[in-house]
Amino acid sequence: MASAKRAGRDRVVTLSPDRITGLTASLSLVLAPHAVRIPLWMVILAAAAMILRTWIAWRGQRLPRTWMLAVLTLFAALGTWMSYGVIFGRDAAVALLILMLCLKLMEMRDTRDAMVLVFLAYFTVITNFLYSQSIPMGAYLLGCVWAITANLLAIQRAGQPRVTGLLRESALLLAQAAPLMLVLFLLFPRVQGPLWALPQAGAGGLSGLSDAMSPGSLSSLSLSDAVAFRVEFGATPPKADTLYWRGPVLWDFDGRTWRAPGTDLVGQAELEIGGTPIRQTITLEAHDMRWLFALDMPGGAPTSSYLTLDLQLRAARPVRERMRYEVTSFPSYRLGRYEVPGLLERALQLPASFNPRSRQLAETWRQEGLTPEQLVQRALTMFREQPFVYTLTPPAAAGHAVDDFLFVTRRGFCEHYAAAFAFLMRAAGVPTRVVTGYQGGTLNPVGKYLIVRQSDAHAWAEVWFEGRGWIRVDPTAAVSPLRIERGAAAALPGVGAVPLLGQVDNDWIKDLRFAMDMVANGWNQWVLDYSPERQMNMMSRFAGGHVSWRGISTALVAATGIVVAILALIALRHTRSAPADPAWLLWQAFSQKLAKHGVARASNEGPRAFAIRASAALPRHATSIRAIAALYARLRYEEGSRPDDLSNLKRAVRELRLD
Amino acid sequence: MNPDIQSVLAAIDGILLGKPREVRLTLACVLARGHLLIEDVPGVGKTTLAHAFARVLGLAFQRIQFTSDLLPADIIGVSVYDREQGRFDFHPGPVFSQVVLADEVNRATPKAQSALLEAMEEQQVTVDGQTRALPAPFFVIATQNPSNQVGTYPLPESQLDRFLMRIHLGYPDAKAERALLGGETRRSVIEATTPVLDTERLLALQTAARGVHAAPALLDYVQALLTHSRQSPAFGSGLSPRAGLSLLAAARAWAFIEGRNAVLPEDIQAVLPGVAGHRLMPPDGSMSGGDALVRRLVDDVAVP
Repeated sequence: MASAKRAGRDRVVTLSPDRITGLTASLSLVLAPHAVRIPLWMVILAAAAMILRTWIAWRGQRLPRTWMLAVLTLFAALGTWMSYGVIFGRDAAVALLILMLCLKLMEMRDTRDAMVLVFLAYFTVITNFLYSQSIPMGAYLLGCVWAITANLLAIQRAGQPRVTGLLRESALLLAQAAPLMLVLFLLFPRVQGPLWALPQAGAGGLSGLSDAMSPGSLSSLSLSDAVAFRVEFGATPPKADTLYWRGPVLWDFDGRTWRAPGTDLVGQAELEIGGTPIRQTITLEAHDMRWLFALDMPGGAPTSSYLTLDLQLRAARPVRERMRYEVTSFPSYRLGRYEVPGLLERALQLPASFNPRSRQLAETWRQEGLTPEQLVQRALTMFREQPFVYTLTPPAAAGHAVDDFLFVTRRGFCEHYAAAFAFLMRAAGVPTRVVTGYQGGTLNPVGKYLIVRQSDAHAWAEVWFEGRGWIRVDPTAAVSPLRIERGAAAALPGVGAVPLLGQVDNDWIKDLRFAMDMVANGWNQWVLDYSPERQMNMMSRFAGGHVSWRGISTALVAATGIVVAILALIALRHTRSAPADPAWLLWQAFSQKLAKHGVARASNEGPRAFAIRASAALPRHATSIRAIAALYARLRYEEGSRPDDLSNLKRAVRELRLD
Repeated sequence: MNPDIQSVLAAIDGILLGKPREVRLTLACVLARGHLLIEDVPGVGKTTLAHAFARVLGLAFQRIQFTSDLLPADIIGVSVYDREQGRFDFHPGPVFSQVVLADEVNRATPKAQSALLEAMEEQQVTVDGQTRALPAPFFVIATQNPSNQVGTYPLPESQLDRFLMRIHLGYPDAKAERALLGGETRRSVIEATTPVLDTERLLALQTAARGVHAAPALLDYVQALLTHSRQSPAFGSGLSPRAGLSLLAAARAWAFIEGRNAVLPEDIQAVLPGVAGHRLMPPDGSMSGGDALVRRLVDDVAVP
């Protein structure tokens, strides 16, 4: 009695140690990428649980008691709450899932528990995608799925299956599932919205331009190799020195920092366009800001974005996911010939007490009676002829940053030149604004598209001339023409701080990088950004017309059916042996006849046993039932059946009338 | 039905009352040239069964009582120095017999057990570097007492595989028990029985039993059983290829006893509990439940 009760309470461990080891090993693979994201105590706890479970398995020790696990579970939940402040949300929920998974290990006894664990492991694989969706991560997680599937096979098998065999079979299963996966990926109706959108990390970790520029802000960005956006041109790409990617336009200067207006300058910009339009398809990386980028000057705004009065391209919401848009720009333009007077006023504002020497310089220029155009030339000539140096590492500026830069250090990066130029112009009475964005980019010869990196960040100025409108002036070009023609790396020889790609002279490494970037770009475009619109577009192109959701769903069902049917055919062709024995088919027909009269043959019943049972149940037909069974047994199991046995059996089965 | 078989069965049924199925399984075991393990409590007729078979089949009989101090030499025999002749003389042990009853085989040490099991497997023994063939036919009936396991050495799984079949005798039913109580002692009944066969005719029957036809459809069934036992998680370790061969040999003998010249799926099912019961282990590694596992195996696998 007592022992029976005990056996009910703690079930026997029936999983073999090697299966448990396999499970914990695959689990550690799945959880490994999370190790850097969860608190250290969780890593230690999870690792300890896995090691302990394996040790228990090999040493045949007892599993922890249920109440101990209950206490541990409580502490795990409490610890998660203490570490994260919540137990919901992406980070806390994933951490909790990991802890519970490891605790589940501690009560894993039989095949059923192992199945639960296997499915939890599959689920945990997905949680890694909440953090990274790169190709290496995808490949790694595919490996994890491979390992988990091998475990799934192992726990369904008797004896000691070989690991290599299991892995091979698991790979085969995954390969068979691949076409189905492709069908589901392409055709499963996609819905835009919070249900499908992956939660994005906050602004942290995303680099990009901001709505303010102070000395040092762009030079720090220039150290980043990260891709800002990629551009495909409709035709041949324009020359490098015309590639000014327009971003935030900065109007307000407080003596140290240039800022964009707090609210958008709403209004229809007065833009006259000319020249060959340049079509661009831009894939913008998430930067958590609302700017979109386009070449000077964008002629219109893509969907769910708009153009401001100073021709910034603004998205309706911060760009938290990679987005793709098309925009057309016009290299020849006239912008704002009749600009709003209030704005021109704003473009002359300067804080009173800053940079007296610069103000003085501008004042002397103005007293010379120069036109605005001549003033601009004067300033550029100064930059060109005086010993100004273009450098990433200028000395730190003191209180009067512009004075310091213009008269003392004369070393600076593009933001210094743009800021100083704009200051001088405003002081001299020429309406000026600072434009930040990117300049240039690297043409990927492999994929025929342009990569613009954070290191291409740039700042320039726009001045307003009566009758001509806003004109772009890049003072950096005056100091370092190379920067504009060939990029920051060429303009800064021998500087260690330039991003890696810029330093590399080796051609094949460059080619390799280009090829890798192309693969990453394709992955972004076709896998990660396979949005509802893209799905619709592709289906419509495929069907040659408009496609409804219902159409896509039908295609999904049909394609799934076809894939499964093809796989089934392949599988059946391998298992189908010799054509079915005619005697056996007749025996099946006979069995069915009897089954209709309540005497069903069990699948494991042989002819003799069935004949005895059936003739007892249907005594009126005993003779014919026995005769049929005897004929069948002779045909199927005995040697030297007579030639007419088969026809006799056929006739006997046909003539058997049971009612 | 073969008249020899008929008279053998009639004679033994007259001695061991109310156990026709076990008697036929034992005969199948003899005809398939296998060995038999009987697992049961004392006093249900294990010795009687062995004795009766030896008598009726006309074979020499020896009994070895296994005890914890039994030595291999007690089974196989020993070489004794003959001083007058100046050489060693081999004195054959009780294993040199045609029917050997190894009583309570689990009482002896593994060393003594393996001496017997090796003899069973090889049909010969090697003493002092000299190989001596055992007589033919050679049939071992080992008995094991499942209760009172203190101080015993149950045969390990690998050794169990050497036995073609393992059966249980069980208590006789009321009618058979009444006849047993009312009749003479079994010993005197055996004494009074005349042998039906002799060595030659038994060997001929063995050869005939081996010739029973097994059709491809039947081999499919055997393979399906083996495969299922290996792949289904209900079984700890599947049936070995040797188990498959044993199953087929026993089924042939069973069909032969039934008077047929081809094996039917029913023959497989009839001998399967005896052949597979001690070879199938539940997945948790415990030793119990062999018969339930056989039932499950039969239920799960369809006759192709």
